[in-house]
Amino acid sequence: MSSPRPSTALADAVRSGTRSALDVVEEHLAAIEAGDGEIHAFNLVTAELAREQAVAVDRRVADGDDPGLLAGVPVALKDNLCTRGVPTTCSSRILEGWQPPYDATVVTRLRRAGAVTVGKTNMDEFAMGSSTESSAFGPTRNPHDATRVPGGSSGGSAAAVAAGFAPLALGSDTGGSIRQPAALCGVVGMKPTYGTVSRYGLVAFASSLDQIGPLATSVGDAALLFDVIGGHDPADSTSLNRPTPRVLSVLDDGVAGLTVGVLTEFLEGAAPDVVARTRQAAEALAAAGARVEEVSVPEVALGLSAYYLIAPAEASSNLARYDGVRYGLRVDAEDTVTMNSHTRSLGFGDEVKRRIMLGTYVLSAGYMDAYYNQALRVRTRIIEGFAAAYARYDVLLGPTAPTTAFPLGAKTGDPLTMYLSDVCTIPSNLAGHPAISVPFGAGDDGLPVGVQLLGPALSEGTILKVAVVVEDSAPAVPSPARAEAVRP
Amino acid sequence: MTPGWELVIGLEVHCELKTATKLFCGCPNVFGDQPNTNVCPVCLGLPGSLPVINQKAVELAMAIGTALHCEIRPSTFHRKNYFYPDQAKDYQISQYDEPINVDGQLDLPDGSRVGVERAHMEEDTGKTTHAGASGRIHGADYSLVDYNRSGVPLVEIVSAPDMRSSAQARAYATELRAVLVASGASDGKMEEGSMRVDANVSVRRSSDEPFGTRCEIKNLNSVRSLGRAIDYEAERQIALLEGGDRVVQQTRHWDEDTGRTVTLRSKEDAYDYRYFLEPDLVPLVPDAEWIQAVSDTMGPMPAVRRARLSELLGEPDGVSASRADQVATVVDLGLDDLVTAAVAAGVPAFLALARTANEAATDAEAARRLDPEPYVALLTMESAGTLTATQAKAVLAELLVAGGGDPAAIAAARGFEAMSEDSLTATVAEVVAAHPDEWGRYCEGDDGERKKLGGFFTGLVMKATRGQADGRAVAVELQRLRG
Repeated sequence: MSSPRPSTALADAVRSGTRSALDVVEEHLAAIEAGDGEIHAFNLVTAELAREQAVAVDRRVADGDDPGLLAGVPVALKDNLCTRGVPTTCSSRILEGWQPPYDATVVTRLRRAGAVTVGKTNMDEFAMGSSTESSAFGPTRNPHDATRVPGGSSGGSAAAVAAGFAPLALGSDTGGSIRQPAALCGVVGMKPTYGTVSRYGLVAFASSLDQIGPLATSVGDAALLFDVIGGHDPADSTSLNRPTPRVLSVLDDGVAGLTVGVLTEFLEGAAPDVVARTRQAAEALAAAGARVEEVSVPEVALGLSAYYLIAPAEASSNLARYDGVRYGLRVDAEDTVTMNSHTRSLGFGDEVKRRIMLGTYVLSAGYMDAYYNQALRVRTRIIEGFAAAYARYDVLLGPTAPTTAFPLGAKTGDPLTMYLSDVCTIPSNLAGHPAISVPFGAGDDGLPVGVQLLGPALSEGTILKVAVVVEDSAPAVPSPARAEAVRP
Repeated sequence: MTPGWELVIGLEVHCELKTATKLFCGCPNVFGDQPNTNVCPVCLGLPGSLPVINQKAVELAMAIGTALHCEIRPSTFHRKNYFYPDQAKDYQISQYDEPINVDGQLDLPDGSRVGVERAHMEEDTGKTTHAGASGRIHGADYSLVDYNRSGVPLVEIVSAPDMRSSAQARAYATELRAVLVASGASDGKMEEGSMRVDANVSVRRSSDEPFGTRCEIKNLNSVRSLGRAIDYEAERQIALLEGGDRVVQQTRHWDEDTGRTVTLRSKEDAYDYRYFLEPDLVPLVPDAEWIQAVSDTMGPMPAVRRARLSELLGEPDGVSASRADQVATVVDLGLDDLVTAAVAAGVPAFLALARTANEAATDAEAARRLDPEPYVALLTMESAGTLTATQAKAVLAELLVAGGGDPAAIAAARGFEAMSEDSLTATVAEVVAAHPDEWGRYCEGDDGERKKLGGFFTGLVMKATRGQADGRAVAVELQRLRG
């Protein structure tokens, strides 16, 4: 018996004329109005735009047209996705007030599929962080416990879905920024294969690692959203020019005959309650007919160190353009160089500055080979390590994050501890592989635990059908109270 | 050049490619439009934008590689990081350690050969104008940036340090320009910045010594500036060394007005560009078929075309300096076909070359569009004596303006008829008789004097005949009278 797929059901209802898109969006706007004062999932709610889109969808249905796979489904957008004429801030002061003159490819595809975009969600500044606390506009709170972080950097998107503000959201994942907050907020989050979703219009953090992906309340809904946003885009040179994996048709195929490796290295750093839930998920897969074994991929332990050289290096270059000359914040000064410096000093927060400095350092003459180039060699070894594992296993299983949601402020004073939150998610980004986080019961503190399924490039169909089985066997976690307000 | 020293020069030439659109976006690649009208998210470096390589730009880069006999290789792009307001992303996308073209050469008309180390692709920056007294970024009241040029495709051609004189460097720049134009890659307009030259200059006592410390000279806006700057810089370095000082590796700025080079920055303040592989682009791997297809679309290079024209002149072993200039002009402007067609129809080669290089060249664009048929007909009339040179030039001007026409009809409409020989002889005699002093000096003077006065008499004859006389026939008659 499959778990409910609320977004799929909503779209079906709107497409068939049983529900009006305007009614659906009003309900969600009301939920946002009632709950987001406390949660702060959104930087901006585009209520009027959402109503216009919903009315257009209803008109198409009335005209006998099919508005598309996501007809009338509200979707929240991480605030690093460009939206034409709508402020896009990356939760940074340096972009405050900037309105992109164009839509990201994924935004265009959402609209074309009949989705209704409800607003821009809070995030760690420029997606640098694991708790959404580095946002210049204040943190987002976890809907399961408002004293806790939602994870990050896509904390606003994960919280919005968990709180029932929107049944679907888009996030971006550079080192775990979709999966870790999905785990901490008790929702589904997938990072697709690098190149399957166009990055055009995604404000870059680390270009070789960034990938846009879906957050949803169910695996099936995440698959639906991935199906809409994926596919080749000539505007992104790194977009794969080949058919995207067909995922919707294989979702319910089950796991009989598949082999699953439980990743030793991911279990080692995780809290006992998280490890226990992960083992329970493994048992559920075995019970459903998969062959399950524990496997060691020693190379993945090197991921964190390599990531914190490669990602800052690319970021130091990607963020150079915020210089006060063309858009966003400008702090005027006597000369251009001082203007650049003052603008960046005031416009960027501490975590962004830390990474820009780190990245600039590791690319500098004399240090590049010891740091950046060495990290690239490690990246290759991680890819090789995964390749050896995938020769024997169809998917790998592990925790998504080492712990459940931690209290606000617990790690902000210690960047290295914060970085460890992504130890289980980073390797997939370095390899360019897909991975998905699925809620699987609660930890000892009653907060959601996520388990992660990893697969080789373009194995979305496989990890999604395994995820469906995990989802179906997952112990229940009470939904945040406010989510009850919205009828699925 | 001070004796006892050898000059060593290498040139870096930036060539803007003649594509319809920019290197990484669809904006028009046009010079001279209103500032910031040919821009989009990509070439403005807006957040979230991504580059997509222009196929035509790659083909033109390969055409340059082919023309310079380079090996055309799989290549990658890097980011060259430095802050500057006209750099939209504060990094430049450029090829670094894996350029598309390597190991080529360029043969110069004097027979020397200059190595080409590499010819790589990169994007151009925007253009900054600094308002205020200095005209430089320091001390400017404010600065304006025009991003129309941002993202225009460039190929940077780096020569080997093979040149040994400013004349050779000038010849290299001139020949390279001709090759770039002939390969269809560039319009070669130095005055519009579509070809920009930087010179690396060093000196040494003899060719047995290792290379001296070099300085790079920027802001060379013409071939003439290039020569002057190199000569100045060489003497500056020699004076330093002879005075017991040493040359400091520097980037220097050529000041056209003072005729000097001045320090721009020293090696110690050189930027650390932090090059790394551009993650937004994928490697460029042209297959043999594509390279061949590009090569197949290319016509012969200037050296070959010059040789063909020289052969028409019956001087395959080299032509006189003035003829060589005419040949170079015709090739440079791409007017070979007019000359070839005229000669094939029996027009004397020297006449076909002179009319093309001197008159047709004044509006090369119109001349390139001109159907050779009326052009050949016109030159045939001139060589047969049906029209004088002056008349032929007037008809040609009209052909160029109208984009074609019937030369005989144009001549008739203007009332052009060549003078009879008798009438010409009589007019010349009259003019000579009226100016006995000048005639005396014409007969007795040296070559220079005779040339000057020949012009004087020809002018008078032209005036008397209202331009109907044939200048060459006048010259012949003057010579005959002198005896």
